[in-house]
Amino acid sequence: MSHRRVVVTGMGVVSPLGNTVGETWSGILKGAIGAAPIETFDVSAFSTRFAATVKDFDPTPYMPAKDARKMDTFLQYGLIAGIQAMRDSGLEVSGEGAQRMGTCIGSGMGGIMAIEDNAMLIAEKGPRRVSPFFVPGAIINMVAGNLSIKYGLRGPNLAVTTACTTGTHALGLGMRTIQYGDADVMVCGGAEMVTTPVGLGGFCAARALSTRNDDPQTASRPWDKGRDGFVLGEGAAVLVLEEYEHAKARGANIYAELSGFGMSGDAHHMTSPPEDGAGAALSMQNALKDAGMNADEIQYINAHGTSTPLGDKAEIEAVQKVFAGNTEKLAVSSTKSMTGHLLGAAGAIEAVFSVLALRDQIAPPTMNLYEPDEACADINLVPQEAQPTAIESVLSNSFGFGGTNGSLIFKRI
Amino acid sequence: MSSIEERVKKIVAEQLGVKEEDVKPEASFVEDLGADSLDTVELVMALEEEFETEIPDEEAEKITTVQLAMDYIKDNLG
Repeated sequence: MSHRRVVVTGMGVVSPLGNTVGETWSGILKGAIGAAPIETFDVSAFSTRFAATVKDFDPTPYMPAKDARKMDTFLQYGLIAGIQAMRDSGLEVSGEGAQRMGTCIGSGMGGIMAIEDNAMLIAEKGPRRVSPFFVPGAIINMVAGNLSIKYGLRGPNLAVTTACTTGTHALGLGMRTIQYGDADVMVCGGAEMVTTPVGLGGFCAARALSTRNDDPQTASRPWDKGRDGFVLGEGAAVLVLEEYEHAKARGANIYAELSGFGMSGDAHHMTSPPEDGAGAALSMQNALKDAGMNADEIQYINAHGTSTPLGDKAEIEAVQKVFAGNTEKLAVSSTKSMTGHLLGAAGAIEAVFSVLALRDQIAPPTMNLYEPDEACADINLVPQEAQPTAIESVLSNSFGFGGTNGSLIFKRI
Repeated sequence: MSSIEERVKKIVAEQLGVKEEDVKPEASFVEDLGADSLDTVELVMALEEEFETEIPDEEAEKITTVQLAMDYIKDNLG
């Protein structure tokens, strides 16, 4: 098969650390932390009462208030990240070229706030009060739908939903779509907003969240001995993927090449990985194989690292297996220590961080890492402070409920 | 209390994201005020809520202008 190369030419972010790529990235390099007590609804009866939420959010510079009102918040986040990415790319969508430009943006759970609100309306006032915008304002593929309508993207129009691997899979499938020749441009990513009573309640019940209510800022502590679950995050990230020659021909700013994509399934348990991280290892191996690279060619891993007791350990075991003999040259960090876990948007925002780590030659830190788990003794987890590092290639991992795994490799160009 | 005209105008302006002064009696929701088919469904729901009534679907379909909305409310709530 002819190998069409895929590069990143635009990025957009709405996150707990800021509502642009620039603000978010400067927060990451400073070790800023997005967690705080939840104030949007009464959380007094919940076992976890904090989250890393998006702050000072105003959609109206990007869309009329009338349109925003018809969209669940996750759609607004996703659409705004998409608009930022399109502007950043400088792409002009017109003529026949528009048929070769598509989008693939997913979400783990979709418009759960809209579902809750309309369920309450039915209970209080009956079915006639359900909004005609409920369905298009809540379904997962409407970030892609709205973005394609806004820009006239007439190529493939997709959404992925694979829990916390959504963003990674959306990018990987967008990459394949370009490689295979179905499109020249794919605008890809993920969006999530489940900081709602049902969303929070569900993750509390699954015992997935940290309950460090007295100190939210140090709650997300990947690989630290005191870790006790992840911190719920929210937001969106979207990247413009483009065929290399297409990008070169229009003189685009090329951030990096997306050179490898691997996937796997744990076939193990609904919410827990196997202790040896076999699925995670297979995903990373598949990505290396896809990129035609050896393990010693990766200098930085943006880990899934959610701060759960089991997941963090399994991922490090997988890294030790796949990178055996090369671990002393490797930096591994979890930006979730700062952003919290953006679920379906996590893979996409971490792809942005991977690309910027390459651009700026710096490994983002793992914050709140006071006493590392003994299992990680031989790994540089970039504790507490970003490390300037020579980086040629980055691997980014995502693992999701259902045992769904994905890894991406970005390379300097 | 505001007149029916004022209340209808206010709701139309809010729902369709237009200025109240543009909500003229002869204005068509779709042609003049930029509504699509889902906007008109939601607009009728907002009128039902404001005037505490139920507008049957076959009647709702006929309400295509600001004047027709005002007339319907007056005739049925008078």
